[in-house]
Amino acid sequence: MKKLRLTRYGYGIGLVLMFTLGILAEQYDVVDELFFYQEDVVYLTVQHIELVLISGGIAILIGVPLGTLLSRPRFARIAETAMQSLNIGTTIPTLAILALSMSLLGIGMLPAVFGLCIASLLPIVRNTYTGLLEVPDHLKEAASGIGMTAQQMLYRIELPNALYVIFAGIRTALAINVGTVPLAFLIGGGGLGELIFTGIDLDEPFMMLAGAIPTAMLAILADIVIAVLAFLIVPKGVNPLRT
Amino acid sequence: MIKIDNLTKIFETPNGPVTAADHINMEVPEGEICVLLGPSGCGKTTTLKMINRIIPPSSGRVFINGEDTTGLNTVELRRNIGYVIQQIGLFPNMTIEENIAVVPKLLGWDSNRYKARAKELLELVALDPSVFLKRYPRELSGGQQQRVGVARALAADPPVMLMDEPFGAIDPINREVIQDEFLKMQQELRKTIMFVSHDIDEAVKMANRIAIFRGGRLVQYDTPDDLLAHPKDDFVESFVGDDRALKRLRLVQVSQVMEPVAVVKPSDSLQTALARIEEHGYSRAILMVNEKHQPIGYVSRSVAQTTKGLCGDHYFGLKATTSPSDDLRKVASLMFNHDTTWLPCTDEQGVLVGRVTQQGITHYLGATYQRDALNAQSPHLHQVNA
Repeated sequence: MKKLRLTRYGYGIGLVLMFTLGILAEQYDVVDELFFYQEDVVYLTVQHIELVLISGGIAILIGVPLGTLLSRPRFARIAETAMQSLNIGTTIPTLAILALSMSLLGIGMLPAVFGLCIASLLPIVRNTYTGLLEVPDHLKEAASGIGMTAQQMLYRIELPNALYVIFAGIRTALAINVGTVPLAFLIGGGGLGELIFTGIDLDEPFMMLAGAIPTAMLAILADIVIAVLAFLIVPKGVNPLRT
Repeated sequence: MIKIDNLTKIFETPNGPVTAADHINMEVPEGEICVLLGPSGCGKTTTLKMINRIIPPSSGRVFINGEDTTGLNTVELRRNIGYVIQQIGLFPNMTIEENIAVVPKLLGWDSNRYKARAKELLELVALDPSVFLKRYPRELSGGQQQRVGVARALAADPPVMLMDEPFGAIDPINREVIQDEFLKMQQELRKTIMFVSHDIDEAVKMANRIAIFRGGRLVQYDTPDDLLAHPKDDFVESFVGDDRALKRLRLVQVSQVMEPVAVVKPSDSLQTALARIEEHGYSRAILMVNEKHQPIGYVSRSVAQTTKGLCGDHYFGLKATTSPSDDLRKVASLMFNHDTTWLPCTDEQGVLVGRVTQQGITHYLGATYQRDALNAQSPHLHQVNA
């Protein structure tokens, strides 16, 4: 009961705040100012989403098989070394990665996608690898004991049971990815970073906000999409969200 | 039938080679349960797992139904052997139905066939299909999960089953229940089963034969009764326990020690009762039956001596009865409970068929030991004679 009342107060305060913000926004013509950049926002948002989808997609397509491969017994010897070097890779700031990939591939969309890919690869590989290794041994023994081949075991037992952990990795990766995309503008990759950085440079707060607000919304949206996918795709029996 | 021929496993460890199983030879006849028993690290699990090659043998051969499995493809071999492990190992990502249908699916059965099979097997292990088919393993209790584990192992109707401490993780009460259900099932299915356990009571209950392991060697391979009556050496003797004679109680049925019994009817006089008590040498009382020959009570010697009248007016109620198929453990327990030295035995209709006495039980169990003692003495006697 008490908790319910508190949330009600919370909602009430939130409403008042939003109302006040609305009044303030109206006074300073924020909405009109923002809509001034509508065309740019639409074009750049599409570009922004493209960058996320392409780089994220490629990262998943490389990361999951790579993590799987490293978790196989025959790679056990090099797996830990590989994971360590990938770990060191993450300590490099994403901006530095972008700068490095620009010096390698020049400016434009290609180096941006490449840099974003590298930045979001690690969580996917790491979670796939540990997720698969954490599948209990007795499940593997039961699976091989009833006559599954290594491949059948991977697809029917190991991957489904590791899927929740893999999805957690993808979620982290996408959070990093969406957060880094605005920086892609700096190496000519386009995206909503263009409005943000130009807005800062020209001391145009509304231009900056016109880039920042959709960027924030996209980040939240991406997170929700992944959460929904995890809810739907991870098998019911091993999905903590569906108890 | 499972036949093991010189099966050996040597593990290479940093401290040098360790022999986990040393030239094991044994044969489990078709339709029997063989329990591999011993302390941890004795090689029983290694031996079991070499049969389906979860642990590849260093040398030796395994025959299943007369066929040498050495040449068989590992996957094919395993699909023809049911496998149950202590941790159960149900796949949490699959429903109970899918878990049971795993092997049939691998064998390429069509969906109607394996669905029907899953339903049939759930009924066999006493779980309601309408409730459990669509559930996930985490929604089941440990006992229910292991029932499903057994059902999964039986799915493709393999002739042979390997069970690695299958009931080890289940609480004692449920374990008894599942063991009983499993034995009942086995009476119909007649699988050839190898079963690893470290619990002598479980072994005596489940096994047709028990194999005792120690330090990678097979020490003794016998029927439970022979094992308990004639342990081969000190190790086996200490392993089966000081109460080994009591453990044999479970192996003997009332019918084996039942003896005829004299009775009186309610219409008989107490004098007749006393006469019969004297005649048959009963020390304390005589049983009374009704017209249908069902035991209803007993007339005590002291009453018969001091009172006159009909038995029907001076009898005490019956304390307990047994049936010929009960094991002696239950009977002994009943006797202790009711402070009595004998119990009447009745068939399903409650008709008296005989009685079982404490003396009869001790005599039956003691007979094998006396024979042993005689055998042990005879060479000595020969020496004296010479």
